[in-house]
Amino acid sequence: MKAFETFETPTAARVNYLNAQYGLKSWLLTKDHKRIALLYLGSVTFFFLIGGIYAMMIRLELLTPQGDFLSSATYNKVFTQHGIIMIFFFLIPAIPASLGNFLVPMMIGAKDLAFPRINLLSWYIYLLGGVITIYALLAGGIDTGWTFYAPYSTTFSNSYVLATGVGIFVSGFSSILTGLNFIVTIHTMRAPGLTWFRLPLFIWAHYATALIMILGTPVVAITILLLAFERLAHVGIFDPAVGGDPVLFQHLFWFYSHPAVYIMILPAMGVESELIANFSRKNIFGYKFVAFSSLAIAVFGFLVWGHHLFVAGQSVYAGLIFSFLSFAVAIPSAIKVFNWTATLYKGSISYDTPMLYALGFIGLFTIGGMTGLFLAAVAVDVHVSDTYFIVAHFHYIMVGGTLLGYLGGLHYWWPKISGRMYPEGWGRFSALVIFVGFNLTFLPQFVAGYLGMPRRYHAYPPEFQVFNVLSTAGASILGVGLVIPFIYLLWSMRYGKRAEPNPWHLPGLEWRTASPPPTENFFATPVVTWEAYEFAPPEEMQVIGRFKEETEHA
Amino acid sequence: MQTSWIPFVPESASTVSGKVDALFFYLSGVTVFFTLLISGVLTFFVIKYRRRTPHEIPRPVAGSHKLETIWSVIPFIIAMSMFAWSAQIYFQNSRSPKNANEIYVVGKQWMWKIQHSTGQREINELHVPVGRKIKLIMTSEDTIHDFFIPAFRIKADVLPGRYTTQWFEATKPGTYHLFCAEYCGMNHSGMIGSVIVMQPTEFDNWLSGNSSQQSPAVAGQQLFQSLGCVSCHGANGEGGRGPALAGLFGSRVFLTNNQTLTADEGYIRESIENPSAKVVSGFSPIMPTFQGQVTPEQLIQIISFIKSLQSSNTQSATATPAVPAPKAQPQVPASATPAPNRR
Repeated sequence: MKAFETFETPTAARVNYLNAQYGLKSWLLTKDHKRIALLYLGSVTFFFLIGGIYAMMIRLELLTPQGDFLSSATYNKVFTQHGIIMIFFFLIPAIPASLGNFLVPMMIGAKDLAFPRINLLSWYIYLLGGVITIYALLAGGIDTGWTFYAPYSTTFSNSYVLATGVGIFVSGFSSILTGLNFIVTIHTMRAPGLTWFRLPLFIWAHYATALIMILGTPVVAITILLLAFERLAHVGIFDPAVGGDPVLFQHLFWFYSHPAVYIMILPAMGVESELIANFSRKNIFGYKFVAFSSLAIAVFGFLVWGHHLFVAGQSVYAGLIFSFLSFAVAIPSAIKVFNWTATLYKGSISYDTPMLYALGFIGLFTIGGMTGLFLAAVAVDVHVSDTYFIVAHFHYIMVGGTLLGYLGGLHYWWPKISGRMYPEGWGRFSALVIFVGFNLTFLPQFVAGYLGMPRRYHAYPPEFQVFNVLSTAGASILGVGLVIPFIYLLWSMRYGKRAEPNPWHLPGLEWRTASPPPTENFFATPVVTWEAYEFAPPEEMQVIGRFKEETEHA
Repeated sequence: MQTSWIPFVPESASTVSGKVDALFFYLSGVTVFFTLLISGVLTFFVIKYRRRTPHEIPRPVAGSHKLETIWSVIPFIIAMSMFAWSAQIYFQNSRSPKNANEIYVVGKQWMWKIQHSTGQREINELHVPVGRKIKLIMTSEDTIHDFFIPAFRIKADVLPGRYTTQWFEATKPGTYHLFCAEYCGMNHSGMIGSVIVMQPTEFDNWLSGNSSQQSPAVAGQQLFQSLGCVSCHGANGEGGRGPALAGLFGSRVFLTNNQTLTADEGYIRESIENPSAKVVSGFSPIMPTFQGQVTPEQLIQIISFIKSLQSSNTQSATATPAVPAPKAQPQVPASATPAPNRR
């Protein structure tokens, strides 16, 4: 408590959400969406570190063709756990539950989400799921691959499948609750004057994400339940030895898990729209097209799961239909990329760190999206499916897209979240290091994949070594690039320059209140009279209410 | 199409590999073009429209329906061209040619067991001749595996409890990788082997040099007797209390529930393991299950025997009302003829 008081300088002592209350209890029982966002931020960072350690172990093992660093059993657990932790405990919650939680109410001029207690509950559920999963990892780990394919997962694996399944089952409910909260909040709590087409595109993207969360997540929950039934009670659902159908599992699993890919990328697209518009001070080109393409992705995303089953024994006609639909779902993403690029036309483009991430995002997402067409093309997918080509493709989407979007957004809103500026020079430097490291890691994997290197291989034929050495070198650079922001962001929380309410001179509602914002976000209810991304000289932009000056607060 | 001289492309050794590579080059070309176009425009804008003074506010630019239409329709047309091209290759190759030589593949943790129709067995190796169509009939003893030959650009999951097939025609002698591409547990990355493509004469020598083993059809006939199938289905599959089996494979079957199906490997297997699931019209469900009594490999042998019944006994196929005459159903050549037909 004492330490926090010196944190405030006497001249700028005012009440904000960070210093409104002190003590562990004030955090663990908070109903403030901003504090819950920080709880999520801390937790997803923790899980990202664990997933990252597994990634480094994978890359070290694959440095040489022989399986010499880890045993086969351990390697299989390591890549499985890398996938499970990164997907279910980092990528899915990362942007919506941290940045989304913080910004959805602020961007629509609300005091909080519609259901603050449910919001806190969702964090506890997420944490419970995470703790159960960590228990499973410590108790002995899981080796099924993150995809849990039956009958390996139900009959053959001797690892902690059930415990991990329970962890994922539980954490799914936190997604559902977050999605529900966002939908109700966006429908009912927009500030006066904030019509649907004045909403920032970040909100549209989160609305689309929330739809997938509440429609898709129950299906994966059901799938995991069925898997548990078969594993525990030997009820024949998936294993043909007891009368089940293994391909049924894949249908059920991908019916959720393909839309889940869009749960991971859509929020990053929302961040991207904010960054591109705000750092070029331009209204987004084709606002409605970008907004509706998010909804189109959410809807069509539910119709393409079969492209994961092209070689799984699905019928030829199903293959053709899913191939067609998978090509079609690429169009809304293409529309977004073209509109972001066109937004820059005649803009005033800054080279601040968030913009560097945003530009990197466009390049990498383009490659990630276009290589998705190779997989929609059944004839090519037959060859590259289950090879490193797939691994490279989805890392271009998940890391090049989601992670870059997340980091760009984190830097962009850091002054608002923490009330401090991050060091700009280090920010730009690490963004560049991450971009270079990422491409060096994953570009060679496209080549290794087309040459035929299968994924999930502990040892591999020596002719693939050169690509793996490049990958491991790239991953080391990427690792360093990711540690730098971790250090300077923590550093800046105490030593960074104090942030102004609106350090980037932007019109969004979140910039029209103090940094960090007060608990109730705005001192008066904002009335919105402007369009989204309507830029004006900073002195013309009104601040909502006045800052309450208080010298002392206990 | 010879592609092996192009870097970053695996050896091309089957009749489809060139077609897949050609499509791959088209997709790569489009990808490189759009990546360069977008990053080029991006770089140009970022330099040309860089912020010159801290307080400048550019004029808003209105959207353009014309541009939106252009960049929705053109990518859609390109995507459809990719779809059409890929669908054509996929559809053409989806059906195995009728005159293909059949080879049985059984996957298990962590090895490939392969048996030629003439009886030769191999483990983790597959010997095939150049220029002959080969059809793989595959199943798994435990979990899901995947039979992947990069040089042929083919791959298909190998499932427990059912049969999947894929076919190829090798074009170039050599030794190529065989990988398991579906994660199957601890030694997944050790479930690898070689595909050895030989000249036809060499291959025939290799076959006859290993001919001490029984063909699967002969082994199946012995099982057919030892398991007591003969008492209901007849020694030559002519039928009795059970439906006739001669000529069954590939024919239309009428069921007691008024449905019809084409008898394939999966149907025969189901009828052995779960006989009451699909009972032939005119018969009662009296057959006991053989689930757990026959291994996947023995199942393949019995199926292979039943398939062999049709070439010798085709005339009897029309005799019984349970299996009506297939209308101009092309007959699959018997897979178990002692010597493979030379081209």
